[in-house]
Amino acid sequence: MNITVSKSRTVGVQSDLITAENLTAGYPRKTVWQNANFAFGRGEFVAVIGPNGAGKTTLFRLLLGLQQPISGSIKIFGSPPKRGNPQIGYVPQRHIVDSETNIESLELVRLGLSGKKWGFNPFVHRDREAAFAALESVGATELAHRPLGVLSGGELQRIFLAEALVSKPDILLLDEPLSNLDLRRETDMLHLVNDVVRTQGVTALLIAHNINPLLPHLDEVVYVANGKIATGKPSEVLTSESLTALYGVQVEVLRDPHGNVAIIGIEEHHGALA
Amino acid sequence: MTFSLNILSDLMQMLHYQFMVNAFEAGTIVSIIAGVTGYFVVLRRSAFTAHAFSEIGFAGAAAAVLLNVAPIAGLLGGSIMGGLAIAALGRRATNRDTQIGIVLAFSLGMGLLFISLYTGYATEAYSILFGEILGVSRGQVLLTLAASAVILGGIAFVYRPLLFSSLDEDVAEAKGIPMLFIGTVFMLLVAVAVSFAVQVTGVLLIFSLMVTPAATAQYVSRRPQTGIIISVAIALMATWVGLFVAFYTVYPVSFFITAIAFGLYLGVRLVRAAIKPKIVPAANL
Repeated sequence: MNITVSKSRTVGVQSDLITAENLTAGYPRKTVWQNANFAFGRGEFVAVIGPNGAGKTTLFRLLLGLQQPISGSIKIFGSPPKRGNPQIGYVPQRHIVDSETNIESLELVRLGLSGKKWGFNPFVHRDREAAFAALESVGATELAHRPLGVLSGGELQRIFLAEALVSKPDILLLDEPLSNLDLRRETDMLHLVNDVVRTQGVTALLIAHNINPLLPHLDEVVYVANGKIATGKPSEVLTSESLTALYGVQVEVLRDPHGNVAIIGIEEHHGALA
Repeated sequence: MTFSLNILSDLMQMLHYQFMVNAFEAGTIVSIIAGVTGYFVVLRRSAFTAHAFSEIGFAGAAAAVLLNVAPIAGLLGGSIMGGLAIAALGRRATNRDTQIGIVLAFSLGMGLLFISLYTGYATEAYSILFGEILGVSRGQVLLTLAASAVILGGIAFVYRPLLFSSLDEDVAEAKGIPMLFIGTVFMLLVAVAVSFAVQVTGVLLIFSLMVTPAATAQYVSRRPQTGIIISVAIALMATWVGLFVAFYTVYPVSFFITAIAFGLYLGVRLVRAAIKPKIVPAANL
C-alpha cells in the first residue's frame, strides 16, 4: 500500500522536474525507506528533514545516480538519474576545506563548470566570466581571490553554492548547508537559497535538522523517518493526524504562537519551540 | 677546477665536462617533472605516498643491481607496482598512512637484503639512496627526456579533472569524473616521476624536488597555473645552483639541492609571516 500524505498532487505530471513512484531505497541487505511517492516542480524550495541515519542523504544519492533504487522509480525530467547529470548542482555534507589550501575561490567555482573536461585549457575567458557571474549571484564577488583555506563557514557555503550554480543547474541539492552556521548566517544562507529558487527557477532540495528557520520559504517538505517518507506542503505534512496516520504510532506536532513546530513521538525531536 | 669571480667563465669551465652537461640536462628535466607532479602531490596531501614509491623503488633498484639490470628498470618496476596497489586501495588510500608505512618498511628491508646479497661494491646502494647525478649517462638523459614527455603529456590530459578531484572530491565524483581512473593515472605518473627524480636526489632525498618546491609555490601563489610554474622554477634553481656549487666544492650535489630548496621554503614562510595581512571577517557574511 502506498502512503502519500499529499493527496492533492498528482504524481508524474509532465511539468514535474522530479518524480518518484513507489520508490524503495537502501542496500541489498537493508532497506532504508520504502514506498515513497513525490513530485516536485520547477522553482520549488523543498526541505528534507528527519532523524540522523533515516536516509536523507540516500535520497540525494539516488538523484545523483550514485545509488540505484531497490524498487520503484525515480525520474528527473522523465529519465532515470545518471551520474554526472549537468542539471544537478550539489553541495555535499560536511564539506570542509583544509586550512592550508591556498587556492583562490574563483578556481573552485570555475572547476564547477569545466572541471570535468579533459586537457589543459585554463585560460578560457568564458569560464572565468561564468564563475564571476555565479559568485555575484551569491553575493561573493569579493571572495573571488581569497584562498579557500581562510574562508569562514558561511563564506565557504557561498562559494560551494556558486560552484554548484555555475553550470546553471535545474536542481540544487544542499546536504546540511546550515550545520556549521550561527543563527544570523543561517538566515542569510536561507534567504540566498530562496532568492536563487525564486529568481533562477531552480528547484532546491535542502537537508536540515531544524525545519523552523525554513518554514517561511518552503513550498514542500520531505519528512524521512522510520523507513517511510512523507511529502507535501508543510501545513499538510506537519500535522499530528497525517504523521500519526503515516507511522501508525501516536505522533504529536506541537506549534507555538510563532508558528514554530516540534515533532514528538518519532525517535527524536525535529524542531525546537522558540 | 678553481672558482673565479667570473661566473661566465666558471660556467664555461664546468660545461666543458660531458658528465656535467649530462648532469645539467638530466637535472633540468627531472626538476620540471618533479615540480609539476609535486604540485599535485602536495595539493592532494600525498607526500607520504610519493615517498613510499621511492622506497618501494629502492627495493626494485636493489633487486635490479643484484640481477645486473639497469637500476632504473627496478625503480620503475617497484614504484609502478606500488602506484597500482595504492590506486587500487581506493580514492582515500593516500590517507592510509599505516598501511603505506608497513609496506614501506618491508620494502626497505627487502632492499637491504638484495644489497647485502650483491657481491659488488656498496656504492650502488649509496647512489640509489642519495642520488648520483654526476654519473648520469647520455642514454639515461634521453630516457629521462622520453619519460618526461609521457609525464607532462599525462598531467596535461588529466589536468582539470585532477585539479577538481584534488580540491573537491565529493562534488567531482557526483559530477561523474572517473575518480579511480584519475587516481590511478596520477599515481602511475608520480611513480614514473619519482623513479627518474631518484637519479638526481636519491631515494631518501626525493622530497627536496618533489615536495619542497611545490609546498613553497603553494605558499606564494593562489592560482594553480602560476603555482606550477613557480614550483618548477624553484626546483630548477635548486638543481642548477646545487650542481654549480657542488662542482666547485667537495660536498655532494644532493646536499646543496636539499639545502637550497629548504632555504627558499623557509625564506618564503618567514617573509609571508612578516607581511601577511590580518584577515578581518567581513561584517556582512
